[in-house]
Amino acid sequence: MVLVFIDQADGHVKKASYEVLSYGAKVAEQLGTTAEGVVLGAVPADQLAALGKYGVKKIHHVANDALNHFDAQVFTKVIAQVAQAAGSKVIIFSNNVDGKAIAPRLAARLRAGLVPGAVALPETANGFMVKKNVFSGKAFATYTINSDIKIISLNPNSYQVTEGSGTAEVAPFNATVDAPKVKIKAVNKASGEVPLSEAEVVVSGGRGLKGPDNWALIENLAHALGAATACSRPVADEHWRPHHEHVGQTGLTIAPNLYIAVGISGAIQHLAGVNRSKVIVVINKDPEAPFFKAADYGIVGDAFEVIPKITEAVKKLKGMA
Amino acid sequence: MKILVCISKTPDTTAKIAFTDNNTKFAQDNVQWIINPYDEWYALVRAIELKEKDPSTVLHLINVGGADAEPVIRKALALGGDEAIRVNTTSTDSFYIASQIAEVARQGNYDLIFTGKETIDFNGSSIGGMVAELLDMPYVSLAIKFELNGTTATITREIEGGEEICEVNLPVVVSCQKGMAEQRIPNMKGIMGARTKPLKVLEPVAADTLTTVSSFGLPPAKAGVKLIPAENAADLVRLLHEEAKII
Ligand SMILES: Cc1cc2nc3c(=O)[nH]c(=O)nc-3n(C[C@H](O)[C@H](O)[C@H](O)COP(=O)(O)OP(=O)(O)OC[C@H]3O[C@@H](n4cnc5c(N)ncnc54)[C@H](O)[C@@H]3O)c2cc1C
Ligand SMILES: Nc1ncnc2c1ncn2[C@@H]1O[C@H](COP(=O)(O)O)[C@@H](O)[C@H]1O
Repeated sequence: MVLVFIDQADGHVKKASYEVLSYGAKVAEQLGTTAEGVVLGAVPADQLAALGKYGVKKIHHVANDALNHFDAQVFTKVIAQVAQAAGSKVIIFSNNVDGKAIAPRLAARLRAGLVPGAVALPETANGFMVKKNVFSGKAFATYTINSDIKIISLNPNSYQVTEGSGTAEVAPFNATVDAPKVKIKAVNKASGEVPLSEAEVVVSGGRGLKGPDNWALIENLAHALGAATACSRPVADEHWRPHHEHVGQTGLTIAPNLYIAVGISGAIQHLAGVNRSKVIVVINKDPEAPFFKAADYGIVGDAFEVIPKITEAVKKLKGMA
Repeated sequence: MKILVCISKTPDTTAKIAFTDNNTKFAQDNVQWIINPYDEWYALVRAIELKEKDPSTVLHLINVGGADAEPVIRKALALGGDEAIRVNTTSTDSFYIASQIAEVARQGNYDLIFTGKETIDFNGSSIGGMVAELLDMPYVSLAIKFELNGTTATITREIEGGEEICEVNLPVVVSCQKGMAEQRIPNMKGIMGARTKPLKVLEPVAADTLTTVSSFGLPPAKAGVKLIPAENAADLVRLLHEEAKII
């Protein structure tokens, strides 16, 4: 059986979870078995049953209040109980913030080989092999998992969500839940914004924008596109933008469908964080900017003139103007 | 107070990525090796700052690797730390590496274990979580701020679209990223001092190897950029809609 960890926040299933559900269902099909899901914390039952659309037959729901806040240690022990009770041989996570904290713990607990950052379905014809990104997106590696239980942590935005029909059986699971040792004191979330790691479109600004006062240019375009905003490292270092927007080798790695880079030179460390984007657009006034080599579309021009035109055209396309 | 900082060796961020032996090995010719940036800039420097604040702190570094990791370990010692431990193995399996770190941590009774967010070559982001599980310690991942008050740590960590502030009693394992500290350059005194600091070599304990790398590959090259004249900037939107079908 293939067990999929369904990540949620404040009772809402995260987008990344639909990807792992679709992926898990496909892996199960490949192995000639079924996929089931596990959800920790309070989520409305109808939302859980609806997850059947993504190919899981059954959802194990551990609705203990202590699980409404994330603690990797507590979550791991609960998932291990579900996995053992259900006899899971393959366990799937999203390689998002929570997945990065739990999957390795579970791997150590169950002595299960883990491939973190998988980008494709496993090859199961001859052993169990999983392709993952390495060298910060500059290459990939195929890993063989040698253990009986296998854990895959799928990179966000690397697998197409497939939505069908059907409802999942929701089975309450009675787990032993420890008291968390990590106490959450505060959560600061920029409300209403698209989280960068989940965004399908990202508009990103670099030092070419000259200063924080000019960011309306980026924000307006992002708003018109329903996109998240990002930035290069010097922009975050100089506090023009919050550091959680910094993408690249030492920042966040993202793989949106569309990445629009404005006034960013395209240093190799920046590319490492964005080169898995499906389509890259580069806007830079210097035709020699290295970013153009990694781009699909480019405009050589002054961002201050070009971006408002693009924003207008997007608004027109979307019927916003 | 005893701190253990996990140090890994990675190719320089500008290193050319290529493979040999029928795509089974990373081509190491002309590659400069550095301390993994997350380990150096964030984990190690924050640990050094904690020691500067409380000089009774004992700060140890650990690397699981072959003798070729020693120059990188000495570089780390030049920044700070009392001694380094190298567990002598060239395994690349995360569980095997984590088992070695956990064993040293168990023997040394550390209050605080820092790792980097991830290695920039393997991009696993998994050693810290595995070590924490093997030691049955809490784990706070992707930390961007770390403050210590007696034996209670207040840690800010990244979550999707924001941050979370949490409190935890030691011992704890923390994976560190940008925000924890500012990069430092080792000074002459540090470099000279590092030569005489102890670098203990231990043999590995038995542990399972759960994964192996079968092959490497490079992503297919891009077709090339399609340039749109700046005067026709609006054309970009049409192309993204009609040709790329992405908006
Ligand atoms: C170990 C290491 C790790 C690093 N990690 C990262 C990382 O994670 N992420 C990251 O981003 N960087 C990282 N860097 C830094 C990286 O090397 C570059 O210095 C950085 O990405 C440059 O940022 P930038 O492109 O915004 O600025 P610049 O390099 O200064 O480029 C600005 C660009 O804007 C263009 N421009 C100027 N005016 C205009 C205008 N009016 N209209 C249009 N274009 C204009 C210029 O032509 C230029 O190309 C790292 C460096 C090192 C050594
Ligand atoms: N061989 C190693 N020796 C010591 N520490 C390591 C080693 N490999 C990884 N680490 C630590 O674990 C962190 C995460 O590594 P990884 O899970 O491989 O991405 C790194 O930033 C290091 O702090």
